[in-house]
Amino acid sequence: MRFGILRFPGTWSDVDCHYAVSGVLGQDAEYVWHKDGSLDGFDCVILPGGFSYGDYLRPGAMARFSPVMDALYGFAESGRAVIGICNGFQILCESGLLPGALRANRQLEYRCQWTTLRVERADTLFTAACYAGQCLQVPISHGEGNYYADAGTLDALEREGRVLFRYCDSKGAATAEANPNGSANNIAGIINERGNVLGMMPHPERSCEELLGSADGALIFRSIIEYASPDSASPESASPESASRGKLQTSGRA
Amino acid sequence: MTYLAKIYVTLKPAVSDPAGQTVLAALRRMGHESAQDARIGKYLEIRISGDAPDSVKAAVDQMCRELLSNPVIEDYRFDLEEIATP
Repeated sequence: MRFGILRFPGTWSDVDCHYAVSGVLGQDAEYVWHKDGSLDGFDCVILPGGFSYGDYLRPGAMARFSPVMDALYGFAESGRAVIGICNGFQILCESGLLPGALRANRQLEYRCQWTTLRVERADTLFTAACYAGQCLQVPISHGEGNYYADAGTLDALEREGRVLFRYCDSKGAATAEANPNGSANNIAGIINERGNVLGMMPHPERSCEELLGSADGALIFRSIIEYASPDSASPESASPESASRGKLQTSGRA
Repeated sequence: MTYLAKIYVTLKPAVSDPAGQTVLAALRRMGHESAQDARIGKYLEIRISGDAPDSVKAAVDQMCRELLSNPVIEDYRFDLEEIATP
């Protein structure tokens, strides 16, 4: 698979994302500067974390006007995979590709910590290598990750099964204590109606191998690879039922 | 003509404002126990040229809707005044 990794002025997790998909998972990856107008040839586009345009006005508000965004709308429309992480999630919400908004953390603090995410569904492009109810160790690093949407939008997200990841405790319970930022319904990640655009505040690229404290984040990238290209040349690429899943599912967090 | 748009962007009433609550608590600790609520928003001044107030108003409205506020969480209002061209 070929991953395009968008770079805005102020993006900071681009190299980590590149390493996760190319270094750890052996896929092709290429950086795309925000002034480029084309996303041709990519199977998946990643909007990495950071502080695009210094988060001026609101996080993600300015990036929406970058030339590459016009190409991104077409890319998403074509059904190919888009994943926005942290600032990338904020950009997707600001651009209208995902509903809701990310507000300042409830505690008004920047939070950089491990979180446990409960996988709500395994039948999606982004979770095919997981199982429903699985707990993933993935870190957050943000000041504005408090997911907000009005009651009607939240109801629709829940009803349509579009909440993909929820902050939970070690037993998988989505408690108030396990919610690191005040997000509505403990929401850590959501997908669009069609299921090909994911936004999430936690950083899977920073938990993609044991050395980093957890390899669970790699499951999300591996899901995309497996689901989007079942005939991928990757030796471990296989159906979600494949035996190769076993070692990937093991939480590496000590 | 040159106009000055004074734009106020505020959180929607349904959206909680932890920063405003912190300010409110500080005001009360100062002795201003009569303070009932505090909400923090943004104030912007945009200098804009145009021939007629109506078209300028429409332009500022579009700016507010599409960039200066996030309609998911914020409301906006603005005042427009004619200023002497420098």
